[in-house]
Formats: sequence, C-alpha cells, structure tokens
Amino acid sequence: MTLVFAGVCSHAPGIVGRAHLADEVAKDRLYGAFDSMRERLEASRPDVLIVVAAEHFANFFMNNMPSFAIGMAESYEGPIEDPEWLGISHTRIPGARSVSELLINEVMQGADISYAEEWKFDHGIMVPLHFLTPNFDLPVIPVNINCQGPPLAPLHRVWAFGEALGAAIEKLPERVALIGTGGISHWPATPDSGKINEEWDRNFLDQWSRCDKDAMLAYTDKNSYLDAGQGAFEIRTFMTISAATSGLPGTIHFYKPIPIFAVGCTIATIDLPTVDI
Amino acid sequence: MSLYQVQKFLFELNRDTAAQSSYREDQRSALSPFDLTPEEIQALMKPDIGLLFHFGVNGQILMHFAAFHKIEWQDYLQRMRDGVQIHGPVREGVYAVTGYEGVTAHGQRLTQSEQHLGRQET
Repeated sequence: MTLVFAGVCSHAPGIVGRAHLADEVAKDRLYGAFDSMRERLEASRPDVLIVVAAEHFANFFMNNMPSFAIGMAESYEGPIEDPEWLGISHTRIPGARSVSELLINEVMQGADISYAEEWKFDHGIMVPLHFLTPNFDLPVIPVNINCQGPPLAPLHRVWAFGEALGAAIEKLPERVALIGTGGISHWPATPDSGKINEEWDRNFLDQWSRCDKDAMLAYTDKNSYLDAGQGAFEIRTFMTISAATSGLPGTIHFYKPIPIFAVGCTIATIDLPTVDI
Repeated sequence: MSLYQVQKFLFELNRDTAAQSSYREDQRSALSPFDLTPEEIQALMKPDIGLLFHFGVNGQILMHFAAFHKIEWQDYLQRMRDGVQIHGPVREGVYAVTGYEGVTAHGQRLTQSEQHLGRQET
C-alpha cells in the first residue's frame, strides 16, 4: 500500500485573505488544526501530494468543462487571485509529471477523465498548500472535480472516480498523500456569503467519518442546493477521498462555522492502517 | 443578454495578468472580441457589480473582478444585495432559482417552482 496519508480540509479564500476580520480565538483554533494536519502529513513522509479540489473557473470554463481532470505538468503556478487579496504570494509549485502520467493511465482503467499539462491554482489548492506545505516544495498532482458549472457529474460517478483514483494510487511506487478540499454547506461569493447550515454539515461529516456510502450517495444536488447552498456541490471532493480509501472511517479533528470565512471550517483525516514501508 | 460571453470575458481576465494589463489600458478594446450587449459593456466598464450579479454572473467569477477593482469584501457583498434589490432576482445561471433572499425564501420559491412543474407534468 503506497497511500501514506489521506484527509480533507477547507479551502475558502477568506481563511487567509480575511483572517484579520475573523474572531481571533476561532481563527487560531483553525490554524492550530491545520498545523496538526501538516505535522501528520510530514510524519507520513510523502513523495507526492494529490490534491482533489473543486476549482472556481481558474482553468476550466463552460466552453470545455471536464467532470474530472488530473494535472500532468512539470510544475504549476498560483494563485490566480490577486496575492494581496488572497494573502498568499504568487509562486511556482513542483509537479510530478511521470507520476501523473502513470496515475492518469491507471485511473483511466476505471473512470473517464481529462488531463491537463497547464494548470493555474486558485485558492482551492493554494489555501491548503499554504498551511500544509508552506514552502511549496512537495510535488503536487492536482485533481479537479467540476463542482461549479452545472451539469455536474452525478454522485455515484464521483464515487466511481474515487475508487478508480484509489486503485491507481495502489499501483504507484511512490509514497502518496491524498487530500480532498472543499466546502460543506456554504453560499460562497454570493449575497448569502457567511450563511452556514451547521446541522447539515455535522450530519454529513458524521456520515463521512463512518464512510456511510449509501447515505452520502443519497444526497441530490437539488436538495443540497436548497439546504446547503451551491457550495455544497463540493461534497464531491470529500466523497472522493472516502471512495479512494475503500470505505475506511475518518476522524474529524476540527469543525467550526466561521462566517467571515464563509464556510464551516473542517479538518479531518482518514484512519489509514499503519504501514511500514 | 449573453451571460456566457460576460462570464467568458471575466474568466479570461481573472486568470491572466496580461489580459488585466490590456484591460487597464483600454477597456473597450479588451471587450471587443466578446459578443456583448451595450448594457453588459456598461455594467463591466462601470463596474456595476450588482447588475452583473443580477445578470447571473457566478460569484466565484465575479469576486475576482471585484478584487481586481479593489472592492472590499463586505462592499462586494453589499453591491450584490443592492443589485438584486434594484434590478430584481438573478435572471439566469446557477443562482437563478435561489436569488438573494436567503435560505427560507429560496426554499419557498423552489417549492413553488416544483409545484408549478408538477402541475405542468400532469
């Protein structure tokens, strides 16, 4: 088994860009949880980090929108946002082209995907990297699931993609870390920004932590949109991690709605069996 | 009304610093390759964030445009709220059925929409 770390986290741009406007205690607790996640990630000694994200029209648009895409570049750059606005400097992030190519070929055994040799990161990847690989020195393979521009891939196809991703990771000789990043309930960048359905979030996170596949696949975009905003389409990223880790349970290390960050901030990891490789 | 074209322009502007420089130098020239109505051109050039939101521009695209114009976050949110108060609910796109009223009113409107569709089917 080459998967040495798996987890999920939030990626909202406000987490860094509007940190000065947040309740300081809540912000410090979130930052502490990110630090703990970074320590766990570093302790797993990964060779490469796969980030399953839900980008926000940084690379993919409605002229040619893939449901699933995997990066295959030597390197990436980001953020596309104004660095001052996001609070993260523009930088180049190393990729892992040969690993990407092998990964993509293996994923294609179980799912139909697109690949991309150009990819600019937005806050969806830059915010997690800012906390988890602050020197931007760990090779990254970006994965995108369209969660923004409907029509969206149905959840059972997302699950199949996650299973294909997990099976592909097993074929890699490298030590692989896997992170999913997205929001749960939220109405980001709309007039309702800051609204968070905590009950909905906690229910989903309970299902996620038990890897209750049936419960997670029972969500519909229409109801998620109604109860949890268009940002809830991003549960696809969390579910992919569940599917990729073969139904293993997870541990929620941190959850707290922080309205100025426009999301219920979440840090969680999959309870992987201890591996000595 | 060409929401796709408005969003396409903003998508390309948001991710490309060269496009941003060109737009700063000459807005009309930068907009000319896109099939936009005079109303859309005016909304972009002003910029009228509230009207653009009313058109249906996705907030994930629009927030970058607001940041490009150095519009502060709370001001950005308020401009969208003002826009739908002035111009009415979002016309098109992913927010067309949610509008600006918040979750409760959104739910009521979606339910009404479903009932309406149900009547049509029967």
